[in-house]
Amino acid sequence: MSDTDKQLRVSKIENGTVIDHVHGGQALNVLAILGIDGSGGEQVAIGMNVPSDTLATKDIVKVEGRELSQDEVDVLSLIAPDATINIVRDYEVVEKHRVDRPGTVTGVLSCPNRNCITNADEPVETRFDVLRDGVRCEFCGQIIREDIASHIDDD
Amino acid sequence: MRHDHLLTANQLTREDIELVLDRAAEVDANPAAFGKRHAGTLLGLCFFEPSTRTKMSFEAAMKRLGGDVVDMGSVDSSSVKKGESLADTVRVVEGYADALVLRHPLMGAAKMASEFVDVPLVNAGDGAGHHPTQTLLDLYTIRENAGLDDLTIGIMGDLKYGRTVHSLATALTNFGASQHFVSPESLKLPRSVRYDLHEAGATVREHTDLEAVLPQLDVLYVTRIQRERFPDENEYHRIAGEYQIDAETLDAAKDDLTVMHPLPRVDEIAPEIDDTDHARYFEQAHNGVPVRMALLDMLLEGDS
Ligand SMILES: [Zn+2]
Repeated sequence: MSDTDKQLRVSKIENGTVIDHVHGGQALNVLAILGIDGSGGEQVAIGMNVPSDTLATKDIVKVEGRELSQDEVDVLSLIAPDATINIVRDYEVVEKHRVDRPGTVTGVLSCPNRNCITNADEPVETRFDVLRDGVRCEFCGQIIREDIASHIDDD
Repeated sequence: MRHDHLLTANQLTREDIELVLDRAAEVDANPAAFGKRHAGTLLGLCFFEPSTRTKMSFEAAMKRLGGDVVDMGSVDSSSVKKGESLADTVRVVEGYADALVLRHPLMGAAKMASEFVDVPLVNAGDGAGHHPTQTLLDLYTIRENAGLDDLTIGIMGDLKYGRTVHSLATALTNFGASQHFVSPESLKLPRSVRYDLHEAGATVREHTDLEAVLPQLDVLYVTRIQRERFPDENEYHRIAGEYQIDAETLDAAKDDLTVMHPLPRVDEIAPEIDDTDHARYFEQAHNGVPVRMALLDMLLEGDS
């Protein structure tokens, strides 16, 4: 492994959040869940498919200048159940969290059922109950098990 | 009941169900005693898709309790056509009425609407979602005829799209009923219903033909297989034909088998069955009024 690779992987951030142990290939979905697309001016570094001791390969997301809220961490758990969240201040990790699966996620996913009231033009946020192995729309009962990230509401 | 709204049959515990059915039996035994209980009360009817029978049944129930109804009228002539949201409509009607009944083509509509109003709201059908008062009247009919304990029931027909079936099956798990689901392969129970049944500890027993289970059944609940589900007319006739019952079919059944159907039927139950002791579907439809009276009485009681 060259020094540049190593540097990219471990490069420290001054203040912000490092999300580690994200399942390989999910880093962009993590950013989507957090609503980070670069337009907010955040500095973001992503490592994808990095070899890992605990996961075969993992992704790492580092966001400079932003500390994740508990809500954001909860939602992350849906696609990155093994993630660790490191809050960094002054180049030091000051807090370390494991994600916890929330009971419900609100306003994050859209319901794939086109006959669901949440897809009509009504003043209501989507709400999904988190199941052992998926999520379920509180309004129409639709269950999503596979590829939850593809249902992340992008508007 | 502890609930302010009735949105799904799944929210009802065994105790809730028994309270409503007991109250319905009281109503049935002495309707006059309930005739003035809700004088001056107005029930708002919000039917975003036509359902003459369900609407009439709620209207009859409210009037028999001494109250009256206000009706938003057909969707064609209402402000809905001008693009008003459901959330706005129910908030407006809430200002006129003491309780609301909602029928809507989209799933989850009643749940959403209930979050915008303070008066009790009853779901009278939300798309392919829920229709809990149908379930209550089904349970009432079953209890009157076969009892709800140690029940073996066959539920046959379109199990995929039939919302009455989904609610009934889930509600029956409260009573530990042994349930057999009979349908063509393409119209089997959907995943979300299996999930609920599974969570409730029920075993899902599925069959493609009735023959094997018919002799054990106390109740056979038949639903319509809808023509519009099949792109090919011939395929529809072939499949639907296999799920029709006539007097000969019932030769293999217990003498006291109760045959039910949420109506309307097309040809899944031969008219010759109507005159037998098995037929309970008209009784089932009539039971809609006492059951809805009982339910409205209980929801409005919490109010006063
Ligand atoms: Zn939904």
